[in-house]
Amino acid sequence: MGSQGGFGQSKEFLDLIKSIGEARSKAEEDRIVLHEIETLKRRITEPDIPKRKMKEYIIRLVYVEMLGHDASFGYIHAVKMTHDDNIHLKRTGYLAVTLFLNEDHDLIILIVNTIQKDLKSDNYLVVCAALNVVCKLINEETIPAVLPQVVELLGHQKEAVRKKAVMALHRFYQRAPSSVNHLISNFRKKLCDNDPGVMGATLCPLYDLITIDVNAYKDLVASFASILKQVAERRLPKSYDYHQMPAPFIQIKLLKILALLGSGDKKASEQMYTIIGDIMRKCDSTSNIGNAVLYECICCISSIHPNPKLLESAADAIAKFLKSDSHNLKYLGIDALGRLIKLSPEIAEQHQLAVIDCLEDPDDTLKRKTFELLYKMTKSSNVEVIVDRMIDYMININDSHYKTEIASRCVELAEQFAPSNQWFIQTMNRVFEHAGDLVNPKVAHNLMRLIAEGFGEEDDTADSQLRSSAVESYLRIVVEPKLPSTFLQVICWVLGEYGTADGKYSASYITGKLCDVAEAYSTDDTVKAYAISALMKIYSFEIAAGRKVDVLPECQSFIEELLASHSTDLQQRAYELQAILGLDANVATNIMPMDASCEDIEIDRSLSFLNSYVQQSIEKGAQPYIPEGERSGMTDVSSFRSQELHEVSSHALRFEAYELPKPVMPSRVSPIEQSSSNELVPAPEPSYHAEMHQVASSVPSVSDTGSLELKLKLDGVQRKWGRPTYSSAAPSTSNADIPKIQNGAPQLDAVSSSSSKAVSYDSRRQQVEISAEKQKLAASLFGGTSKSHKRQSSGSQKVPKTNIPAAEKSHVAKNATSDTAVLERTPQPPPDLLDLDESTVSSSAQSLDPFKQLEGLLDLNQDTSTLTTSDASASGAPDVMSLYGETTLNVQSGGVPNLLPAGRDEANLLSGLAGTPNRDGHGENTVTNPTQQLNKGPNAKESLEKDALVRQLGVTPTGQNPNLFRDLLG
Amino acid sequence: MIHFVLLISRQGKVRLTKWYSPYPQKERTKVIRELSGLILPRGPKLCNFVEWRGFKVVYRRYASLYFCMCINQDDNELEILEIIHHYVEILDRYFGSVCELDLIFNFHKAYYILDELLIAGELQESSKKTVARHIAAQDSLVETAKEQASSLSNIIAEATK
Repeated sequence: MGSQGGFGQSKEFLDLIKSIGEARSKAEEDRIVLHEIETLKRRITEPDIPKRKMKEYIIRLVYVEMLGHDASFGYIHAVKMTHDDNIHLKRTGYLAVTLFLNEDHDLIILIVNTIQKDLKSDNYLVVCAALNVVCKLINEETIPAVLPQVVELLGHQKEAVRKKAVMALHRFYQRAPSSVNHLISNFRKKLCDNDPGVMGATLCPLYDLITIDVNAYKDLVASFASILKQVAERRLPKSYDYHQMPAPFIQIKLLKILALLGSGDKKASEQMYTIIGDIMRKCDSTSNIGNAVLYECICCISSIHPNPKLLESAADAIAKFLKSDSHNLKYLGIDALGRLIKLSPEIAEQHQLAVIDCLEDPDDTLKRKTFELLYKMTKSSNVEVIVDRMIDYMININDSHYKTEIASRCVELAEQFAPSNQWFIQTMNRVFEHAGDLVNPKVAHNLMRLIAEGFGEEDDTADSQLRSSAVESYLRIVVEPKLPSTFLQVICWVLGEYGTADGKYSASYITGKLCDVAEAYSTDDTVKAYAISALMKIYSFEIAAGRKVDVLPECQSFIEELLASHSTDLQQRAYELQAILGLDANVATNIMPMDASCEDIEIDRSLSFLNSYVQQSIEKGAQPYIPEGERSGMTDVSSFRSQELHEVSSHALRFEAYELPKPVMPSRVSPIEQSSSNELVPAPEPSYHAEMHQVASSVPSVSDTGSLELKLKLDGVQRKWGRPTYSSAAPSTSNADIPKIQNGAPQLDAVSSSSSKAVSYDSRRQQVEISAEKQKLAASLFGGTSKSHKRQSSGSQKVPKTNIPAAEKSHVAKNATSDTAVLERTPQPPPDLLDLDESTVSSSAQSLDPFKQLEGLLDLNQDTSTLTTSDASASGAPDVMSLYGETTLNVQSGGVPNLLPAGRDEANLLSGLAGTPNRDGHGENTVTNPTQQLNKGPNAKESLEKDALVRQLGVTPTGQNPNLFRDLLG
Repeated sequence: MIHFVLLISRQGKVRLTKWYSPYPQKERTKVIRELSGLILPRGPKLCNFVEWRGFKVVYRRYASLYFCMCINQDDNELEILEIIHHYVEILDRYFGSVCELDLIFNFHKAYYILDELLIAGELQESSKKTVARHIAAQDSLVETAKEQASSLSNIIAEATK
């Protein structure tokens, strides 16, 4: 079976694959593929192509498409092939269409008929092939065409068919729940299927159904628990075992379902406790799959109604994960810790150093996971450290998706737990500076509002201090290049409102800065609008204060530029500014009062002051106003205006229909507006003016609407994890523990254990070389190292069982001093030889790395063809050997057949290579190595055979990749 | 749910792709490029998981071939890692100590096997034996079909001579 029988394709196709394999660059590969596409386009339309040939063309199309090129010209041929009666061809056709087409493709309609026919076939393999296609391609419209047949197949005598029918029905449910709603009871029935494969497949749809509606399936809790029990007791056929675990994939699925069913339901949870406990005890924590089940158990435990005993064993498992050397397990440990922390916050403290290690790990994935954990355990006492760290990390990442997430988390934490306004503003500044374009604009408005309102406290001096510190920090930041637009808007607004408030900076200094901003970001109209509004405020404050305004030349030119701007919004602002410059102090105070952005403003929504004017106009024969509701479909000024606001910079004609008018947000119009229009200051039209001011003061009004969700919550900080006393509880609980210990365990024992604990802890500390800095970090994150010491020791005394981990720890520490701890602690590779243990993975990679370093040598070898020298050195250095192997292969592909036997030898050595660095590098593998190599014997032989076969076919492996012949599992 | 399965070689060459969620062709190329850039440079001791666009990608390296699967945030990464291994074990059994070349030249067979293991992004069968049996049945059916076809064409050839 398999490749031994030849690859079964034509020389032409093999050549194609070979040339793709040897392509040295993406461009070369693309060229080859494009050429292939041309060939196929020509060939496939020829008349009377033999079917076998056609089949190969289709496979070639699949190959082309797999490499990322468009093969849509051949889709129709694949569809045609599905109609063939020969299963051989039909299967190829089906495979191709599932790979080519998406569920909404037009050609699907041409396959439905064939599928219908095949679902009725006597041959169950044909039915299976059709069901595979059904799962991929049947869409909402075509479901009814096949549904009756699929339902019928649920009772098919072959379990493979039943299983696929269940999956197909599941897929239908995902696509269009309404179409199969009446059939959902079938899933329940299939749970009792005789075949474990069908039962296992049924768990997938049931999991989805239970996620949507838990209550409808509460009656199944006992069934699921008993199935899980049977699985764990190895009642399923042996073939479902995986690495000595009984049907672990089914166990995991069941645990997921139980987690849903037991969530917040004490009665249901009680039915699960025993079996979950059993599974946790039985889990083999040396294999990956054992740990996968263990992790799923922890997830389940943290989701169902809490049980102290299970929580304890979950905590033990987490401790094991975190202490492991495998990054995967550490990652899971951190994740599990994040889940469990909701139920028992104190367990995080035991692992503080492990957490900090993970935080500083070079592995980005682990780091991110740790940030997620920190996010979950933030409270007012550690918010500064955590947010600080998050921002530091955020600055250096490029992935905008994650950056957005972490920025919004920073904002959320800062808003929720901020210890002081000063800190909050500084933090926000940093977030904006580095991720300003990614955060919600509401956040910016909130920040402006905060600065304006000063937390609503009565202490005016504190508020003004806050403002001047904000101004100062912004003046510092604003000179930096490339600030995000949102942040610049905040800066401009704050400088405009408060730049001159404390008299520290002169108006000309601030206006100069604002002009610099506007000039530096001259493409951003919003920033320019903010800048000119800020200028206007500063000038009117100056006028109001009775000082003479001297407009700087650059300001003057900026204003002039805007006076001629294409954007009407900017132009208007500029004209208004010009108008204000000509006013006297009294009027200016009225138009732009100091620090009035947060004043409450009464709105005259009916615009009653215009009544007389309206009356006059109607008398003169003007059309009366038609209310908004009555003129739907008509273009209306307000929608146009709001449009204008959003797209200040676009002047092009719109070709699409205008949106229906939205109700205008109730915006606060300042009383000055009314006064200005009533008192008839020489100002532009009143409506215009109102609009302008709305823009200028849109900040507070918008933040007003958003304030409900995003408001700073400074009270009730500790609420987050539902334990209101938590932040102060840590010392008190440890105090409460101590009497318990004295009651429970003999005094002497407790003392000795605690002292041994202390020793082990110390030695461990030395070994890991925990710097004072890290300690400090731990203290700030978890609330004091001394306290944590106490907590740890009290934890070890609390239950006699925990003495064992303590002893273990000291054991580990001892080993660590002898420099082998790292190796000692790696879990022994499981006896299953197929399993690639972590260490062998790393060693095989190590055997590669030096090879990479030596890659430069390769060219040398090729050029000077000093094959013999490298041969001589081969016995000494296996890495060079692999190089040599590669060289010969290359040469051979260049057409030197004499070297063939040499090439074979090379291949032989190559396959033996994997073991060599093991012995060199790590001592710990010496025991397992012989067996591994024994296992490798036949593999090497087989790969040699394969090698020879490939050569006969005229296909040589690529020069780049000596590993092609390496067994994937070897 | 598994959104897609990718097999990429260490040089970034695509060996197999299977998409369970709809991705247009252009997007596919982009995804592959992004993920090769993310996964291939990772060191051997690091996690076998990477976070990507709000999903998680679990990968495992065998010799010079990377098997990657993209899953949801709340899926069990270690389980997926073992599903990958499960697939490799089945491939190994089918091809007889599988190597990358087997997959390069017989990618369609690798697809057939994957279709027996995963369906619509879910694990449909966790028994190696069952999958192997099913594939063997398909192969033998194909063999007989082939023979029939060739004998038929022989007859036709005879008749038209």
